[in-house]
Amino acid sequence: MTTSAVHPPEQRLESAQPAWPDATGHFGVFGGRFVPEALVAALDDLTAAFEAMRVDPAFVEEFAALQRDYTGRPSPLTEVPRFAEHCGGARVLLKREDLNHTGSHKINNVLGQALLTKRIGKQRVIAETGAGQHGVATATAAALMGLSCTVYMGEEDTRRQALNVARMRLLGAEVVPVTTGSRTLKDAINEAFRDWVTNVETTNYVFGTVAGPHPFPLMVREFQRVIGDEARAQVLEREGRLPDAVLACVGGGSNAIGIFTAFVPDEGVRLVGLEAAGDGVETGRHAATITGGSPGVLHGARSYLLQDDNGQTVESHSISAGLDYPGVGPEHSHLHDTGRAEYRPVTDAEAMEAFALLSRTEGIIPAIESAHALAGAMRLGRELGPDAVLLVNLSGRGDKDVETASRWFGLGDRSEVDPGPGMDTDQHATEGAVTSGEAVRGRDAGSQA
Amino acid sequence: MSALEDRIGAARAEGRAALVAYLPVGHPTVEDSIAAMTAAVEGGADVVEIGVPYSDPGMDGPVIQQAVDVAVRAGVGMRDVLRAVEAVAAAGAVPVVMSYWNPIERYGVERFATDLAAAGGAGAITPDLIPDEAGPWLAASDAAGLDRVFLVAPSSTDARLAATTAACRGFVYAASTMGVTGTRATVGDAAERLVARTRAVTDKPVCVGLGVSDGDQAAEVAGFADGVIVGSAYVRELLEGRGPEGVRALSAQLAEGVRRRSTVAP
Ligand SMILES: Cc1ncc(COP(=O)(O)O)c(C=O)c1O
Repeated sequence: MTTSAVHPPEQRLESAQPAWPDATGHFGVFGGRFVPEALVAALDDLTAAFEAMRVDPAFVEEFAALQRDYTGRPSPLTEVPRFAEHCGGARVLLKREDLNHTGSHKINNVLGQALLTKRIGKQRVIAETGAGQHGVATATAAALMGLSCTVYMGEEDTRRQALNVARMRLLGAEVVPVTTGSRTLKDAINEAFRDWVTNVETTNYVFGTVAGPHPFPLMVREFQRVIGDEARAQVLEREGRLPDAVLACVGGGSNAIGIFTAFVPDEGVRLVGLEAAGDGVETGRHAATITGGSPGVLHGARSYLLQDDNGQTVESHSISAGLDYPGVGPEHSHLHDTGRAEYRPVTDAEAMEAFALLSRTEGIIPAIESAHALAGAMRLGRELGPDAVLLVNLSGRGDKDVETASRWFGLGDRSEVDPGPGMDTDQHATEGAVTSGEAVRGRDAGSQA
Repeated sequence: MSALEDRIGAARAEGRAALVAYLPVGHPTVEDSIAAMTAAVEGGADVVEIGVPYSDPGMDGPVIQQAVDVAVRAGVGMRDVLRAVEAVAAAGAVPVVMSYWNPIERYGVERFATDLAAAGGAGAITPDLIPDEAGPWLAASDAAGLDRVFLVAPSSTDARLAATTAACRGFVYAASTMGVTGTRATVGDAAERLVARTRAVTDKPVCVGLGVSDGDQAAEVAGFADGVIVGSAYVRELLEGRGPEGVRALSAQLAEGVRRRSTVAP
């Protein structure tokens, strides 16, 4: 599809509320609650408290003030023309969640859930974390609100993201390395659920993405939808039209749902989720849950997941710890099955190429997670042509990934990456852009990480 | 019309509680796990909960996780589980499958019910399936004439206790403590309170699980419950290398416990 059609300026300024989930947390056939009975009462309490809180003017005001004064919202929209030269000339607008306090979109959700924790009278929070961004955000909110905090993190991830482990400890959180199963995010979630079922009277589980049992997919969406609500208004104000496509990376799916939600009723706007394809979906070493998985039940909800014939969860693989998860939020499964959103795979090599490109062309080092969305924009831009406007969620900043990137690009033993031609060599000089060949050569170093 | 209720009723007629032994299929191997189940029956178990290995056992503590992990890595699946069901039935106990939901959904709910009934299984216990989400399983278990056991917990409201017990057939599983599986030094009075609250809303048998590890604890639980469920203590016999002999001896000790009824029956 090559579209250069300009959308009519949108009449509707308010973003609408999606028609799902239903009262028991189902998005079509997905979602629900597949949990031990022992947790049902806590989930019911949480649902009731959330429903009461979201319409309570005092909460709405407190939350808005925190987002403004603490997180630094609204986050800006940045046009990136030098990067866009590699996107078939399409225009690219970045929603800058990387500029939030703590460096990613995760803080949006965590402040909401921490306020909720106080409201239901619990003093302790637990969280799972993959890249460490949700753990850091939770530890931050706990410090701010005087809650005690325990973060479960796969042992493998504590190594990949050592900087974030140190940050969480500085913030006063206890970090528990999880040594069961694949020692990554999925096992951290299992361990957090075990803690919760044991300590549910005193403890609230601050879940980091739009997965898990009801009400988490709904609640996290509502705390994250500020991304799209802001971005929709910002694009309309700036361009007088809506974007042609909205792109975001998908791990569990919270930053993607956050930016998609406001646009769901805007049928002319394509919603594109980028999944981590690791070494390539065909190799089996990937985390592209919708592209390469099938419906089933994991971590309390029905959704797509990576599983074998016995229904065992299959280990996922991605250079990005935050996307290295074999499940995905149920609303994404629903958006996929209904055709409202599309999900595409992006390999490690493609993501790292985009990572280097944004750094070199715009002076913005993205999180490797977000680099998957940027790689998706490079491809979609070429498909749509020069008049297209792409809105990309830059979900986080890349400070945490500097070591991984250095290893990938072999920067440790060279003072500089060889400059090379960019992708669109016919158009403009792209000083210092890392070529795809470079990225591929760097791959051996990356997989030894 | 319930194999579990009949067997638990027979124990009650003898003035004792039933002994329910949990063991997962495939640890240390499929054959050895079946041998252990047979030994549990020889030692005196009335019912064997046959565990389906699962990669993400969110309700299990370290002991069961460790055993199940071995089975998952070995690729143990529903076919092996059905063989264990046949073996337990042949040994003279009532086989009931214990499975997290996804392995059953992946196998196919109706196919599972049909094959389980054909193998002589009484039904299934589903620790992460609540009746609210169980529509297809309620229909399939009805069609195949299978028992279905849901869990109740100390945190369950009275309304949920009523709804959940109404959906059960065979017995009601009272998960006595808030937490994951594993042996505990004391049973605690939460179990007795939960059983009393459950009996207020149902006449179905109530079995208590989570934490029982020896004959004295079994006797204590037998004082207020219709069945005593023991899991981690059995698995530990295998993890610590005592094999079917250890399992048989543990069963004998527990079987003596459920006959002792140290406290007054309800
Ligand atoms: C910067 C960033 N983006 C994206 C993700 C993926 O999570 P989600 O799909 O829930 O947005 C993470 C997770 O850690 C992250 O840190």
